[in-house]
Amino acid sequence: MNTPLRRVGLAMLAMIVLLLANATYIQIVKADDYRTDPRNRRILLEEYSRQRGKILTADEQIIANVKSTSGRLQYQRTYANGPLYAPVTGYYSVRYGSTGLERAEDEILNGSDDRLFVRRLSDLITGRDPRGGNIVMTINSKAQTAAYNAMTAAGYTGAVVAIKPDDGQILAMVSTPSYDPSGLAVGDSDAQFEAYEQIRDEKNPAKPMLNRAISENYQPGSTFKLITAAAALAEGKDRNSQVTTAPGINVINGDTNCDTDESTCLANYSRGTCGNGTLASALENSCNTAFAQLADQLGEEKLVEQAAKFGLGQTDLEIPMSVVPSCLGSRADNECMVIPNRSALFQSGIGQKDVRMTALENAVVAATIANGGERMRPQLVQKILAPDLDEISGYAPDSVEDAMDSDDAAELRDMMLLSEDHTGGDGKTDLKIASKTGTAETGIDPKNAPPFAWYVAFAPADNPQIAVAVVVESKDVAATGGKLSAAIGRATMNALVRG
Amino acid sequence: MTQPGSAGLLAGQSGDAQGKTAPTRRGTELSMLAFAAGLVTAALMLVEINQEQQLTMGLVYYGLAYLALFGIAHFAVRRWAPYADPLILPCVALLNGLGLVMIYRIDIALGERYDTWSDAAPKQVLWTTIALAMFVAVLKFLPDHRTLSRYAYTFGLAGLLLLALPGMLPSSLSEVNGAKIWLRLGIFSIQPGEFAKILLMVFFAGFLVSKRDLFTVAGRRVLGVDLPRARDMGPILVAWGVCVAVMVFEKDLGTALLFFGVVLALLYVATERFIWVGLGLVMFAGGSIVAYRLFSHVQGRVESWLDPFGTYEGGGYQLAQSLFGFGSGGIFGTGLGAGRPETLLFQANSDFITAAIGEELGFIGLAALLLVYMILAMRGLRSAVAVRDSFGKLLGGGLSFTLVMQIFLVIGGVTTLIPLTGITAPFLSAGGSSLLANYVLVALLLRISDAARRPQTGQKPKPVPQAPIAEAHTVMVERPS
Repeated sequence: MNTPLRRVGLAMLAMIVLLLANATYIQIVKADDYRTDPRNRRILLEEYSRQRGKILTADEQIIANVKSTSGRLQYQRTYANGPLYAPVTGYYSVRYGSTGLERAEDEILNGSDDRLFVRRLSDLITGRDPRGGNIVMTINSKAQTAAYNAMTAAGYTGAVVAIKPDDGQILAMVSTPSYDPSGLAVGDSDAQFEAYEQIRDEKNPAKPMLNRAISENYQPGSTFKLITAAAALAEGKDRNSQVTTAPGINVINGDTNCDTDESTCLANYSRGTCGNGTLASALENSCNTAFAQLADQLGEEKLVEQAAKFGLGQTDLEIPMSVVPSCLGSRADNECMVIPNRSALFQSGIGQKDVRMTALENAVVAATIANGGERMRPQLVQKILAPDLDEISGYAPDSVEDAMDSDDAAELRDMMLLSEDHTGGDGKTDLKIASKTGTAETGIDPKNAPPFAWYVAFAPADNPQIAVAVVVESKDVAATGGKLSAAIGRATMNALVRG
Repeated sequence: MTQPGSAGLLAGQSGDAQGKTAPTRRGTELSMLAFAAGLVTAALMLVEINQEQQLTMGLVYYGLAYLALFGIAHFAVRRWAPYADPLILPCVALLNGLGLVMIYRIDIALGERYDTWSDAAPKQVLWTTIALAMFVAVLKFLPDHRTLSRYAYTFGLAGLLLLALPGMLPSSLSEVNGAKIWLRLGIFSIQPGEFAKILLMVFFAGFLVSKRDLFTVAGRRVLGVDLPRARDMGPILVAWGVCVAVMVFEKDLGTALLFFGVVLALLYVATERFIWVGLGLVMFAGGSIVAYRLFSHVQGRVESWLDPFGTYEGGGYQLAQSLFGFGSGGIFGTGLGAGRPETLLFQANSDFITAAIGEELGFIGLAALLLVYMILAMRGLRSAVAVRDSFGKLLGGGLSFTLVMQIFLVIGGVTTLIPLTGITAPFLSAGGSSLLANYVLVALLLRISDAARRPQTGQKPKPVPQAPIAEAHTVMVERPS
């Protein structure tokens, strides 16, 4: 029986050869695929043993830092004022990965970016542990704190975004309610789990991890009238151009003699006549009929074009976190900048129907008007510093396009000054503010659903240093942008301009 | 048939040893053992450097203790099996030592990851000691492997009982991680299947040697193939039934596959008729299809094998982690102690230990490991070819085949060559039962190789009246035309 024994021996050899061949395939041919798979935790664990870079505000307060630990992971992320800056920094967790700037600027922070290569090399030679670079944000701690405190003191759910009009630096980005990323950064995996369970969307209806400034978009309501007005000004109209004062307008045929109780009749907020018949007065009083009719007269093409110039419909905006697009139409593919019919056009003119904007985009609109019509790309990173604090790259303002003629922008600014005078709410000082409020109807039964309360503004009006957009998901059916949001916007602007 | 093999891969038996005093080659064994001890100590040193950033004198003592332990085994071989193959024990020592180092290293990793004190390494040291004691005992109390054939049926019955025991006991006493293959005896647990494996192999070897004439009788001829007679198919049907029962009631795919594979190999060697293998493969295919259709745990295994990443959130998680480990190891590996075996969860030191080795020692280390297994099995097989009695040939061949089959199932499983069956790597994986059983296996192999190389003294050995099967010769039976 030696012959069959030898054949069995050959079969055994064949098995070993099969194993070797398969191991070659797995460990040599496919190795890179497996090694770089995002689910391969080794990459993250590798980073954790490096000293991660800091994240600082523009006024050099350290927001995210590291501390040494005794565990295998040498360093642990710490956050000063976690909830205040969470929408900007995001979190950095061994167990749950990362979000926000922690994710968007990960290569700098973990030290693997090519711009840090030479320093890594010298670290290697000198035997020093490689360290990550530092990120200086554009965020101004005063504006950020003022906005956050104003929102949380009132218990509001919503977002505040402030932008420096002349170069697009994001001065404040607040989303409330917020969460503390420190809980997700602690060394113990179980503690991370507990912290995460309390704040994740499925368990916490307040959705504290949702970044309402850039990841959520809302009907802009009357704040959209700024875009309609800009389109009208571009068509040669001015502040004294005549517009309708009718109490309502039929959204099927444009008839201004409709009964405001009818569902097809788009009425003013007061349900009566509105303004004195000029464009300026229509904006000041936020007349729905006047802007609905204007939108219809301008036509879909011009309204869409003007909106696009302000940055709506942009799907690839990164600040460096990606921002959800703001749309006129539905969010379905390729329909973001499509207004389907005349009825929708009437309603889009006043920021209703399918129009949705992020707080960031609305702040861009205000900043563009403040900057004489030149739209700057909003950015969140001011400087990148090497581990030894050498500057690797500085801030580069990026002018996207001229959304408005500068004269038109000045005209619109003057109309916004009137609007601010007309707006109530707390926090008025002698700071000269140009603003527009919005109270966007939501839901299927808008009369009984609490609206989104908006306030977009910039100040000082003659030399704008800050443009701001505030959105509050109100819980009160009678809420308005003036009542809820104006005070928050004013507090934010005052904090920055007055210090 | 009584001549030692002398051709091809399995050659090497020096023909001139006949009649003269053959070299025992024990010196070779001792120096190879010392080499293994050096390798293992170096491995442990790497782990210490990478994990604790320091070296302690303890290292030297561990190395010496290891050498002392296997030194005792060596002297037992020298005393009771002086002509045994000189490479088998060093291969086993190397595998066992590397396994100990890896288990220790995984203890550290698991301890850090889960904040628990994992004590698999000290346990494995204890089991190694017990297993070596067992190894020595087998060598001492079993001077002639042919004695075993006398008790073939007893062993067969005992093996069946052991195999069936966990399946019949309540789950509280027998189930761990979904497989009902354990006997939980208070503080420690054993897997009776590991021992049943060897007992059943002894039975099959004995049974086939005494009855193999029957299996060579041709039955009907179908499509040019001589089928065995239906009544001779009893044993293979019984083996198949037992395997299916193990798969169904104990959810142990690995043991079922291993057992059936070994039975097929033994049938083939005993009868020299390939038709048995063909038949067996057909039955295996049929059984697999039925099992796949009927049982969700089999479906789960197949799904996660076909697409470990698609089933990442479910059954594929560990396989995906295993592939990440192999991929991250690449050709040269991360170095011992510098990988991340804790991602393999708590099976890192048992079923997935080869994945941890593939990560830390790379393709090169894994290939070396496979070659060590190959040398071990081939030396065993060579002894089987060289030994003079049929029973020894069958048993030696079966034991060697078992080693390779196990390693094929476990490494094939973790590298997604075949579905994961949940079997341990012999000598490497943490687990007392597997270690004990495999040391008994190796003791038997050494015993057979000792018989194969021992010079024949004086006359031919007397026939053993109690065990005529041991002297049975191949009888060629012509198919009646």
